[in-house]
Amino acid sequence: MTIIRKKKADAATWISIGIVALIYVAVFVAEQLLPPTHMLFTVLKKGATYALVAVSMNLLNGFTGLFSLGQAGFMLVGAYTYAILTIPVAQRPAVYQYFDGGLVQFTMPVIPALICAGLIAAIFAFLIGLPVLRLKSDYLAIATLGFAEIIRAVFQWKNIGALTNGSNLLRAFPTFEDFNIRAADGTVKLYLSTLVPFLIAGVCIGLIVLLLHSSHGRAFMAIRDDEIAAEAMGINLSRHKQMAFCTSSFFAGIGGAMLAMYTASVQAKSFTSAMTYEILLIVVIGGIGSVTGSCISSFLFVACSEWWLRFLDQKQMIGDFEVPLLRNGFRLVVFSVIIMIVVLFFRQGIMGTRELPDLFRKHPKKAKAAKGGKA
Amino acid sequence: MSLLKVTDLVVSYGGIEALKGIDFEVEQGQIVTLIGANGAGKSTTLRTISGLVKAADGRVYFEGRDITDYDTQKIVETGIAMVPEGRRVFPNLTVLENLRIGAYLRKDKDVIEEDIEYVYDLFPRLRERSWQLAGTLSGGEQQMLAVGRAMMTRPKLIMMDEPSLGLAPLVVKDIFRIIRTLKDTGMTVLLIEQNANAALHTCDYAYVMETGRITMRGTGEELLASEAIQEAYLGKKSQ
Repeated sequence: MTIIRKKKADAATWISIGIVALIYVAVFVAEQLLPPTHMLFTVLKKGATYALVAVSMNLLNGFTGLFSLGQAGFMLVGAYTYAILTIPVAQRPAVYQYFDGGLVQFTMPVIPALICAGLIAAIFAFLIGLPVLRLKSDYLAIATLGFAEIIRAVFQWKNIGALTNGSNLLRAFPTFEDFNIRAADGTVKLYLSTLVPFLIAGVCIGLIVLLLHSSHGRAFMAIRDDEIAAEAMGINLSRHKQMAFCTSSFFAGIGGAMLAMYTASVQAKSFTSAMTYEILLIVVIGGIGSVTGSCISSFLFVACSEWWLRFLDQKQMIGDFEVPLLRNGFRLVVFSVIIMIVVLFFRQGIMGTRELPDLFRKHPKKAKAAKGGKA
Repeated sequence: MSLLKVTDLVVSYGGIEALKGIDFEVEQGQIVTLIGANGAGKSTTLRTISGLVKAADGRVYFEGRDITDYDTQKIVETGIAMVPEGRRVFPNLTVLENLRIGAYLRKDKDVIEEDIEYVYDLFPRLRERSWQLAGTLSGGEQQMLAVGRAMMTRPKLIMMDEPSLGLAPLVVKDIFRIIRTLKDTGMTVLLIEQNANAALHTCDYAYVMETGRITMRGTGEELLASEAIQEAYLGKKSQ
């Protein structure tokens, strides 16, 4: 019968893949043409990082219905793991100057270190998940938030400084800039520092999308919609919650490592709960339960906070007239107003639960009005 | 040998005994119903059989096997499907996705597609609404979907918890027609109902529950004829 969808991708999927490919090409071309200091690249690099973390949070909060606020904690674990593993041995005495060059005396290539960052974050998640995932809704949020705060304090503890460098910066590890291909004289031949975060985030988000479309993904959504019915269908609740929690943390860990590559230094105290809220905001604005929405809104969010709204923080003169109210901090006021407008008038977020291919489809799925309204 | 056999089942919720030792059997190919007022322990019985609640005492046998200590997943695998009270379809998933969740534990990918077709043939309304979100279906359609979803596990026994709850009388008729259709396809059904009249007319055998005990048993006709039942559940005053 024709109604059952076979695994073949339809036209809408191909159009979407085309759009994504175009974006990648555009990023690559823009990077070769525009000066590398352009604000656009800051936004793109940080946006790609946040997109990955936002999608990982959406996997948990939007698709599995587990309201967790531990994202910053897992990013911290990922960022530290990455930094600790990739600082060149020659640089270690300088970085760990108060801790005799530190404990770890080897250096890993970037990609294995990224995977380790994810794995260590996932292991932390597994251990925390054992007690915490028994909790529901708000209580889970409080417990995971608590974890993130504790981990931030623990990583600054002086007694494990040989590993984490205490409250001092970790630095000198490979950053996005190191992916630029340079000629022997140091001039850049090929700019890749923006494409690489896009590639890392793209692969990770692709994996998350595949997971969501598998039978496990359907099980996650079933748990979100109705735990008891899901259990009655034979879905193992605790195993799937644990799976979603660990997967989400794995990618949050990689996201943390990317953030480390973006900022070129890691310090535990920058992974505050405010960071989790930023990401939660991205997820809500993009649409809870939409991967596409999370991606779009991370770039919008980063662009607004880093670039487009910056002028609000400075004095602006129109002729001799000084625009009132514009001074340092006003940006955040405007930002809050925008968020309130979104929450009041766009409750579904930018995308609702739709994904990119849905925009090119005409499925009755979008026609939300029930026709057979009897009973 | 009966398909399902429950012996001396006791279930307590923190000190309060919801089931005080009940015995009943479900024969292969029959519709068996448990009727009774609110709080009689009907739902608890179903939830215990499907492993969502643990029994304090007593045994549950399915095809002669003791399944009392199995977890829900394994019980679903052995062939008991449950249509929970209030339908409980997954509102934000499409009809098709709901059916696929039903087949979650199955590995036979090709047969799953055939079974989806089978369910769609049984309930053509669901085929029309294949891409619609389940939450947008009408109550009757949701009940069809809940039954279809349960059938996707390829069960030997379907347990239904109050399928007529909150549905219009016309739709209730449909639901009981569905239940009889299930029986015609060879399915065994264990049905819980407050709508004693309809349930007794549909079933082959019935048990009456009161506050955690089974107080009467008999075929549908026998119980319909009983004065005590007529007075307590069918609203007829004996002269």
